Amino acid sequence: MTLIQEIDYGTPASKAEKTVRLVIDGNTIEVPEGTSVMRASMEAGIQVPKLCATDMVDAFGSCRLCLVEIEGRNGTPASCTTPVSEGMVVHTQTGRLKDIRRGVMELYISDHPLDCLTCAANGDCELQDMAGAVGLRDVRYGYEGDNHVKARQNGEANPRYMAKDESNPYFTYDPSKCIVCSRCVRACEEVQGTFALTIEGRGFESRVSPGMHESFMNSECVSCGACVQACPTATLTEKSVIEIGQPEHSVVTTCAYCGVGCSFKAEMRGEEVVRMVPWKDGKANRGHSCVKGRFAWGYATHQDRILNPMVREKITDPWREVSWDEAFAHVAKEFRRLQFQYGKGSIGGITSSRCTNEETFLVQKLVRAGFGNNNVDTCARVCHSPTGYGLGKAFGTSAGTQDFDSVEHTDVVILIGANPTDGHPVFASRLKKRLRAGAKLIVIDPRRIDLVRSAHVEASHHLPLRPGTNVAVLTALAHVIVTEGLFDEAFIRERCDWSEFEDWASFVADPAHSPEATEVYTGVPAEELRGAARLYARGGNGAIYYGLGVTEHSQGSTTVMAIANLAMATGNIGRPGVGVNPLRGQNNVQGACDMGSFPHELPGYRHISGTEVRDVFEKLWGVELNPEPGLRIPNMLDAAVDGTFRGIYIQGEDILQSDPDTKHVKAGLEAMECVVVHDLFLNETANYAHVFLPGSTFLEKDGTFTNAERRINRVRRVMSPKNGLADWEVTLKLAQAMGLDWSYAHPSEIMDEIAATTPSFASVTYQMLEEKGSVQWPCNEAKPDGTPVMHLDGFVRGKGKFIRTEYVATDERTGPRFPLLLTTGRILSQYNVGAQTRRTENVAWHGEDRLEIHPHDAEQRGIHQDDWVKLASRSGETALRATITERVAPGVVYTTFHHPGTQANVITTDFTDWATNCPEYKVTAVQVSPSNGPTAWQQDYEAQATRSRRIATEDALEPAE
Amino acid sequence: MSPDKLRYQANQIATFFASQPEAEQIEGVADHINKFWDPRMRTQLFEIADQSAEGFKPMVVAALEKIRRPELAKGSQ
Repeated sequence: MTLIQEIDYGTPASKAEKTVRLVIDGNTIEVPEGTSVMRASMEAGIQVPKLCATDMVDAFGSCRLCLVEIEGRNGTPASCTTPVSEGMVVHTQTGRLKDIRRGVMELYISDHPLDCLTCAANGDCELQDMAGAVGLRDVRYGYEGDNHVKARQNGEANPRYMAKDESNPYFTYDPSKCIVCSRCVRACEEVQGTFALTIEGRGFESRVSPGMHESFMNSECVSCGACVQACPTATLTEKSVIEIGQPEHSVVTTCAYCGVGCSFKAEMRGEEVVRMVPWKDGKANRGHSCVKGRFAWGYATHQDRILNPMVREKITDPWREVSWDEAFAHVAKEFRRLQFQYGKGSIGGITSSRCTNEETFLVQKLVRAGFGNNNVDTCARVCHSPTGYGLGKAFGTSAGTQDFDSVEHTDVVILIGANPTDGHPVFASRLKKRLRAGAKLIVIDPRRIDLVRSAHVEASHHLPLRPGTNVAVLTALAHVIVTEGLFDEAFIRERCDWSEFEDWASFVADPAHSPEATEVYTGVPAEELRGAARLYARGGNGAIYYGLGVTEHSQGSTTVMAIANLAMATGNIGRPGVGVNPLRGQNNVQGACDMGSFPHELPGYRHISGTEVRDVFEKLWGVELNPEPGLRIPNMLDAAVDGTFRGIYIQGEDILQSDPDTKHVKAGLEAMECVVVHDLFLNETANYAHVFLPGSTFLEKDGTFTNAERRINRVRRVMSPKNGLADWEVTLKLAQAMGLDWSYAHPSEIMDEIAATTPSFASVTYQMLEEKGSVQWPCNEAKPDGTPVMHLDGFVRGKGKFIRTEYVATDERTGPRFPLLLTTGRILSQYNVGAQTRRTENVAWHGEDRLEIHPHDAEQRGIHQDDWVKLASRSGETALRATITERVAPGVVYTTFHHPGTQANVITTDFTDWATNCPEYKVTAVQVSPSNGPTAWQQDYEAQATRSRRIATEDALEPAE
Repeated sequence: MSPDKLRYQANQIATFFASQPEAEQIEGVADHINKFWDPRMRTQLFEIADQSAEGFKPMVVAALEKIRRPELAKGSQ
């Protein structure tokens, strides 16, 4: 194993199709027009010395090291800012160039500390490399004059010296090592799009400054790590590198946080992670990252991890550590007992959207083939199940239509119920880059999310709808498109059923659906909505991106259909730059759904009632499959309370914290006789478990994740599982203990089984992923290279289907007792229930859930900033501290659900989407009042959790030595 | 699940299909319940509806004859 060295071409690639030929140091090379001389040289294998250039940002031309001579031109132009031209003859190394470069390096080094041996960047420093490359042997200016290096000089404090900024938990800023190449400033602007950094001062005084001469932690910095990656010296350095030293080998793998699915190089020393660096060739992230994937991996070695299996008879007992064999035997015995006693359908399983495709496949196989029922579900139930249903109905397949690169061709983006700068930050950066290049943005969201207006980005329209009125707003957009004749008739006639369109068009054209009529209850000004509709329909390539603000409603599925209608009506499907793009929450939600995690369908979205499909699996697995749909998660909990559902195997999901109406979830879990939790930590659900099977992290196993763009990415093991077994091995051994004749030596064999049974994965093998890096399904004989954009020539279902979308108000209404609407969401630094991110330094940004409330609502209730407030709904009540902000509209409050202490889900109700039972997290009628601190319920919860987490120590039983 | 919740969820499905073209309404409700409700939920649906159709939307009642009646006893699926 070696350290993967990515070639830095100095400037970004040109996308021009036309090529030009030139000669560099005697080598003839052909490159796309618009390529820089520097990049062309590197492509010819000639590295021109450079400091301020790197291919993640545009050329800047400030370091004066990359100068070249070009025949027929005067002077020594910078190769990074000089584009190639036909017939150009370039010399990169002449006596004149050597002298200039050495002179420049002398100046740099005269104001740089000479502590190379003890410097964290030793071995990975471009300044050091360039000093070597230009043959610097002497610094004629000495080191005694004005400088930024020495804290004290001539017995006095040096006013130019600035101490290290160590405020960020993950990296340090050491101004004394800065060469002011401004790569960090440009990375923050061009790659991340936050504009947190600048160069303050002029001439010798200039230096990098976060915000207005603030510390990194107090500035707008979002800790994405792009600046650290861009820095050529030790000025910006990962604290882990400072602590451990330089890595010696690296392995490319996939981030286990959000659905963007960024590729990273895990840079290692032995089995210790030194740092995670985004991989330039990663097709989802193109070399970018966010604070979670880049830095928040410390949970993998956190002391809270449970490494031994544990069993207990009652949930009030302390845990007892047992061997793996004992744990498997216990679960097998209990599950068989329950099935004997209460029927075959009395047990089930939940697959994890955080685990690999292979692991998910095995869990659903265990349920269907081993338990003999279809009681398997996944956390997509509570997030994107309406996407599966809605897009399946409209297009014939349950997936986003585009790849992330598509956004580079988009002219108008509609963003609905998603907050990408927090939830999908790397995609947000790519979106912002496109917006800065001129694309237009329409935001449909009750909150004024960052993208509505932030540095160099401003939405053309923000439709601040009342929570729960999505369908009315989208149907009103359709009304404008139809009644103003903005639809794409040619596309509809060719790709959809014209009579279905006419039926739908007459439905949406009803004046009751007009923006003017719906404004009364949606709260969206009609004129603003009309403007948005016109822009989307006629603004060029229109793409819709949406999140859980669409799906987590009682009309979630209807909203997804309304989105599909809009895209079809305007012809925005089937080419780069357009489409319908669900932003998936967890790393492998797409994959978990693909792998047959839903109770009604086998892998590849094929209904369990289909004889032919069942036949494929029955032959291979040697069992008869049950043709009836199984229980969904909310149904399992209901059935548990009714007494017909008694045991469950939950892999990597914390339903007690993440699912709505905590009290109901608790009642369901308490009613079961054998709850098996398979997780990294004793999560909240484990408080009600009888068996705990320790899990492994993404760093400890092989497999694949499928991201929101259907991209199948490899996950590669970089360290041994601390618990002894990778998660797929745990399921395998559990199946074996239950008498199933399974044998898999490696996850690649599971993928082979997936490919053999699932047409959209037919050509996928680990060898292929090794060769191609990644591939987007469908990938089969018809599409050997995968499918970046779907529905190119026709919809998967044949004709696209227009479906009427009648707005039905949710029954969750505000009234005198609960006058405010609560909506929930996420924050950048935390992930989902926070089980991982709370166990990292990310708590520095978000140590507690806060209630966002508008100043008017706060004032009426006598609530001040940071006050404790009680949040109550008809389901329950909790207390947390308030943040007063105009980001939320009057009448709306907002919180996150990252911390178990808050348990925001004790507030949410049991209303669900009509089609899929996806919970209505986004709308709860609440009251907010001043409070002194945590409620009695929170205190009881905390006490129960602490009691439940006790582990009996063996030592007490052993004789003293 | 509680009879009220079951009735509520069945009616929610009917509410969606009420806005669909008339020919697809009853078929749509029945098909949806057949596809997504596990047998014990359908058993419970019939247990309640066989006694009294009160509280169910007419479209749910009309769809009943097209909904597959589970043969096996409760919990055995």
